[in-house]
This record gives sequence, structure tokens and C-alpha cells, in this order.
Amino acid sequence: MSASAKPIANTRSATGIPTARLITWWVIASEIVIFGGLLASYIMHRIGHPEWAESASHTLTWAGAFNTFVLLTSSLFAVLAHKAADAHDGPKAAKLLRLTTLGGLIFLCVKGYEWTIDIREGFVLSSGGFWSFYYTLAGLHGLHVLAGMIIMLIVAADAAKNQELQRVECIGLYWHFVDIVWIFLFPLLYIAR
Amino acid sequence: MSAQVEHAEPGIFQKYLWATDHKIIAMQYLFTGMAMALLGAFFAYGFRMQQGFPNQNVPGLGLITPAKYNALVTMHGSIMIFWVAMPVLIAAFGNFLIPLMLGCDDMAFPRINRLSYQIFLLSALVLLSSFLVKGGPFGGAWTAYPPLSASGAYNLTPIGATLWLLAVALEFVAFLLGGINFTVTTMNSRAPGMKMYDIPILIWMIILANVIFMASVGPLIAGAVMLLFDQTMSTGFYDPTRGGDPLLWQHLFWFFGHPEVYVVLLPAMGIVAEIIAVFSRKKIFGYKTVLYTTWAVGFLSFVVWAHHQFVAGIDPRMANIFSITTLLISIPVTEMVFLYIATLYGGSIHLDTPMLWALAFIAEFMIGGVTGIFLGSSGTDIYLHDTYFLIAHFHYTFVPIAIIAVFAGLTFWYPKMFGRMLNETLGKIHFWGTVIPFNVIFIPLFITGIAGDQRRVYNYAQFAEQSRPALQHLRTTSTIALLVMLSFQLVFLFNFVWSLRNGKSAGANPWRSTTLEWTVPSPPPHGNFAEMPTVYRGPYEYGLPGRADDFLPQNVPE
Repeated sequence: MSASAKPIANTRSATGIPTARLITWWVIASEIVIFGGLLASYIMHRIGHPEWAESASHTLTWAGAFNTFVLLTSSLFAVLAHKAADAHDGPKAAKLLRLTTLGGLIFLCVKGYEWTIDIREGFVLSSGGFWSFYYTLAGLHGLHVLAGMIIMLIVAADAAKNQELQRVECIGLYWHFVDIVWIFLFPLLYIAR
Repeated sequence: MSAQVEHAEPGIFQKYLWATDHKIIAMQYLFTGMAMALLGAFFAYGFRMQQGFPNQNVPGLGLITPAKYNALVTMHGSIMIFWVAMPVLIAAFGNFLIPLMLGCDDMAFPRINRLSYQIFLLSALVLLSSFLVKGGPFGGAWTAYPPLSASGAYNLTPIGATLWLLAVALEFVAFLLGGINFTVTTMNSRAPGMKMYDIPILIWMIILANVIFMASVGPLIAGAVMLLFDQTMSTGFYDPTRGGDPLLWQHLFWFFGHPEVYVVLLPAMGIVAEIIAVFSRKKIFGYKTVLYTTWAVGFLSFVVWAHHQFVAGIDPRMANIFSITTLLISIPVTEMVFLYIATLYGGSIHLDTPMLWALAFIAEFMIGGVTGIFLGSSGTDIYLHDTYFLIAHFHYTFVPIAIIAVFAGLTFWYPKMFGRMLNETLGKIHFWGTVIPFNVIFIPLFITGIAGDQRRVYNYAQFAEQSRPALQHLRTTSTIALLVMLSFQLVFLFNFVWSLRNGKSAGANPWRSTTLEWTVPSPPPHGNFAEMPTVYRGPYEYGLPGRADDFLPQNVPE
């Protein structure tokens, strides 16, 4: 759909907030309650089961820490991409978005390596309460990383042609959200004893 | 933004199967919802026949075995809430009316809108597919409490239970997409001049319903993932023997489930508000107060959920708190009803069919609200919990919402949707033929419930302490009234189809209404407005003295 085919409804801004940014915030709000519900369930269980700390001690804290660093760095590229898009430099924004995607890829690879070690040690989804939450929370987050990467590549392809540059900011917002979720997951799953 | 945009008429496939036009998507939701309603009604017929005439062959369904009974009850509940009330009240009316009432050409994101319906349709198909699998559809009640729902060894429908869960999760995704689109459209795409308090109450209600839905459904989506893993990957999230907790599901479910009541109530309240303003030719009494009460309801709806769990072993001190919040929420709802009654007071009331439905909504819903007080107070609830008193109470809230208000809205906007008027005589026959039997179905169930009839018992005669043969005539009365009510729906279906061709031509504004959807031709063309409107005033300027016409549309400059 070319820009001219957008409905008038899409081009109005009664609040003064651009429509694309507005819907991104609503999507993030709806995601916050999904992760919020899961995290709240985990925290309640964790408080009720001090013995889960033993399971948690088997997680690879250094891998989680490295991944935190990778995600934060990729978020920096997302910010720079937004800056480039604001300066109407589509190709540069596209390049930076692809670097962000690379960060996501490294994150998932490390995750895969980590899970392989965990599974080889015998810790699988059904190995106990902690591991169930560990795989569910990190898995749901990993799916969000993957989805963000796919969307980012699509946005980058458009941005390279200087089209739909407003989307660079939106996918950046989403990426920061995914990043922040990880900031909650890392201490709660890896560090908490 | 008055520049006129050319909208080409799309081809058949584009128009009906791959549509992005909000009016077509509204019709897709409406007709899918109506088809599912027929199915839900058929299931109610099945299990009510078993209650009215135990262990006899039911025409069309055969002998109702316990497993079949459970499946019928579960599917009736799930379908009527998730595949009838939600798509019709929110998605069909929301899709049709939001762009028209706000004065724009479509939703802000038409393709997200299309995706929303497609996922919804998929969810319905997934649910229906559970009728074809080994073991049949899920029979563990629409609330799906674990451990019953978590283990195929308990519920005996391992595939049906998982398909049910997937269908519900897909339905949530569809309504998240649709709801976010509705909200953004309302926030950003209004006609120039339409301020926050110029938005018709129905649109406010649909948007607030969507916000409540969005804020409450997330934890249940998380809960559904956990239940799915318990079912299929042998985790133990809800298994107390493995460190899990079955009560967690109840919390996650009702943290969504109770706000959900208000998610469907608010659009119904909005439909009724539009109709009583038009048919009493009066401004809504206290427009802003209606909104304040709605916000209060929305907020309080998040702190009442545990009143569903008074007998589930929660801390009695918690039960006290939740009793109080539950009683509190009745205050804003009551105030809303009072505002509607105040709107009627001194109005020039026209008893056309939509108005009859709207008035019936207020009357019947009040019975539902008042009986809710007994269930919301933990003391009385411990006795009444899971009896037919609860069933009757729930249906005195839900039938007014999902049936009566929907008929109010359909009879009111039918002329706009299809360009023709419905037949008034048939409409009134259908109205009385629905509302009277409705009361005859559920008043006896209040009585059997108080006498102790537990719900989800497929044959009382098999349980000595439950049998109470003296109550059988009430159970049978209820079933016969259901048959009467269902047969009167044929009148509506006939009227609906017959009037498509033979109804009186409606014209743009048959009800002499002020909101923007009535300023365009019926049915509205692709793109809605030939010239994009500008709004000059609020939506309820009726009964104006000293004017040739007693109303002033929102888009007419003084």
C-alpha cells in the first residue's frame, strides 16, 4: 500500500501524537500486562518456594550478563537509527537497524548455547517449578526478540528507500521495551538467590 | 482536512473476503457472531432438555450423556461470551460505528482491522474443530479450572481441552489488535472540531471497554501459556504436588474474567444511551457524570475478582476486602442507571422497537445487579455459590447485555447498515416473545438455586442429596420457556432477511438523530463521507425549543 492510499483516518492527529507512535505505545502497554502477569506469578511462587534458589544457582550468570550487554548495545544502535531517520537519512537508519538486528541475533545465539548446556545438564521445561518459569519467561522474551528482528528488517528495507521513516522510531520503541523486559528477567532468573 | 479522496469500488473478492473497509469487517463480525449465537443457543437447548426431561432422547442431539452434558455447558458458555458477546457488541458495532460516528473514512489501521477479523475467524474454526477430535470438545467449564483442565487423565478430552485453550488465546489476540486499533482511531482520527466531550457515549464505552480488556487480559494470556504447557509439556505450574498452585489460575482467570463482565456491559450501556436519547428526544442527563461513573466502574472492576473465589480457600480477611469492593462497584453502575432514568424523565418518549429493547435492558439488568449483591457478599455467597441462583443472576446480567442490548442496537442501526427499515409489528412480536419467556426461564432458577440445586449436575435423580423431585416442575418450566424464546427468534431472523428487500426505504436519518453516522446515505458508501464533516457541538442536541426541527446534528453550523 503506497502512502497515498492511506485512509484519512490514518493521517489525522487529534491528540498531537503521531498515529504510528500512539499505536506502538498501546501495543507496548498490552505487552507489559502479559509479561507483568507472568512475572508476578513467578515472583509469588519464588517467594513461596525458597528451595528454588538451588535450581537458580545452575543458570549461567555470565552468559546472561553478556546478553544484557549485547541487548543494551543493540538498543543504542536503535536510538542512532531513530536519530538518522529524524535527519531523513533513510539508508543510514537502515544500516543501523540492521546492526540492531545483529545484536538480536547474537542474543539468540548465546541463548541457544545456554539452553543447550542447561538441557545437557538435565534441566528441561518440566524439571521443576523454577525451570518451567525460566524457560517460559525467557522463551516468551526470545520470541519477542525474534519478532522484533523480523519487523526491523522489513522496516529497514523500506527505510533504505527513504520510505515510511516514522516506523524507525516505532520499532525502536518496541526494541527498548524488549530490552527492558530482559533487564527485569536477568536479575530475577539468574541473580536472585 | 476537507480534501475529498477518491475511493474506488473494490471487486467482489476484495470487498467481501479480503476487505479493509470497516463496514464490511463489521458485517463479517456480525454474521460470524450471529452464526455462533445460533450454535450457543442450540447447546443451551441440549442441556436444558436434559434438565427439563432427564434421560430422554433430545431431538437433534440424542441421549445426553454426562460427558456430552459437560461439553454442551462448556461450549455454550465459551461461545456466548467469547464468540457472540465480544464480536457482536464490541467488534461489529465498534467497527461499523467508530469511523462513522467520529466522522472519518475508516479505521486508522485498516489492514490491522482485517487481520483482527481473520484471527477471530481462525479462533472460531479452531474451537469448532474440537468437535471432530477424539474425545470431543472440552467439557471442563468455560472457566477451565485446573487440575481438571490441566490433565487429560482428569478431563478425558486431552485434545479438545488444548484446542479450546488455543481458540480462546487466538480470540484474545484478535480483540487486542482490534481494540488497539479502535482506541488509536478514536484518540487521533476524529473529525475536526470533535472534542473529547463531543464523542458519543457509545464510542466512549467501547473504547473504555477495550482499555479494560487490554489491561486485564495480559495476565490470562500468560496463564494460558502456562496451562498449555501443563497440558502438553508436562510442566506443573498448576500442580500442587510439583510446586505449582491451582489457585493461581483462578486468580489469573478472574483478574480478567471479572473486568470482562464490564468489557461487555459498557458497549451495551452505550447502545442504550444512544437509543434513549433519540427516543425520548432529550439530551443525556449528565453526559460527563456518565463518563465519570464509567471510569469508576473501570477502575473498580480490577479489584473485585476474588469474589469468584470465596469458597476456593482464600484468606477470609481477603474475602472481606473483596466483598466491600464488590459492593462499592454497584454504586457507579447504579448511578449510571439513574442517569438513564433521569434522561427518560419528562422526555417525549417514542416506544419504537429499539426503545422497547433499551428500556427492557434497564429493567432486566437491574434484577441482575440487585441479585449480584447477595453473591458479592461473602457470607451469603458461601451458601449460594455454584447454585442455580448464580446461573440466574449471571443470565440476568448477561442476557440483557448480549441479547437485549444487541437487539436494541441491531433494530436501531439496521436502517443505516442495510438502507431499509425493519418491520415494526414483527419487531414488537419478537420483543415480547423474547423478553417474557426470558423471565420465565430464569425466575424459576433463582428459586431452585435458593433451594439448593447445584450447577453442572447433569441428572439430579442420581444424587440422593440433590434430587429434590418437588423442584422438577420448576426445572421443566424453565426448559419450556427456553423453547418458546428460541422459537420466537425465528420471527427476528425472518424480519431481518425479509426487510433486506421488502423493508421501507430508510433514508439517511429515519430516527431524526444527531450523530454523524446519520448524515451519510444508508448504507454508507465506501469512504463514508462525500465531504469530510466538521463538528460544532455535542452529540445529544434534542428537544430544542423554537426550531422547526427539534434536533441539531453535530455537523451543522448554527
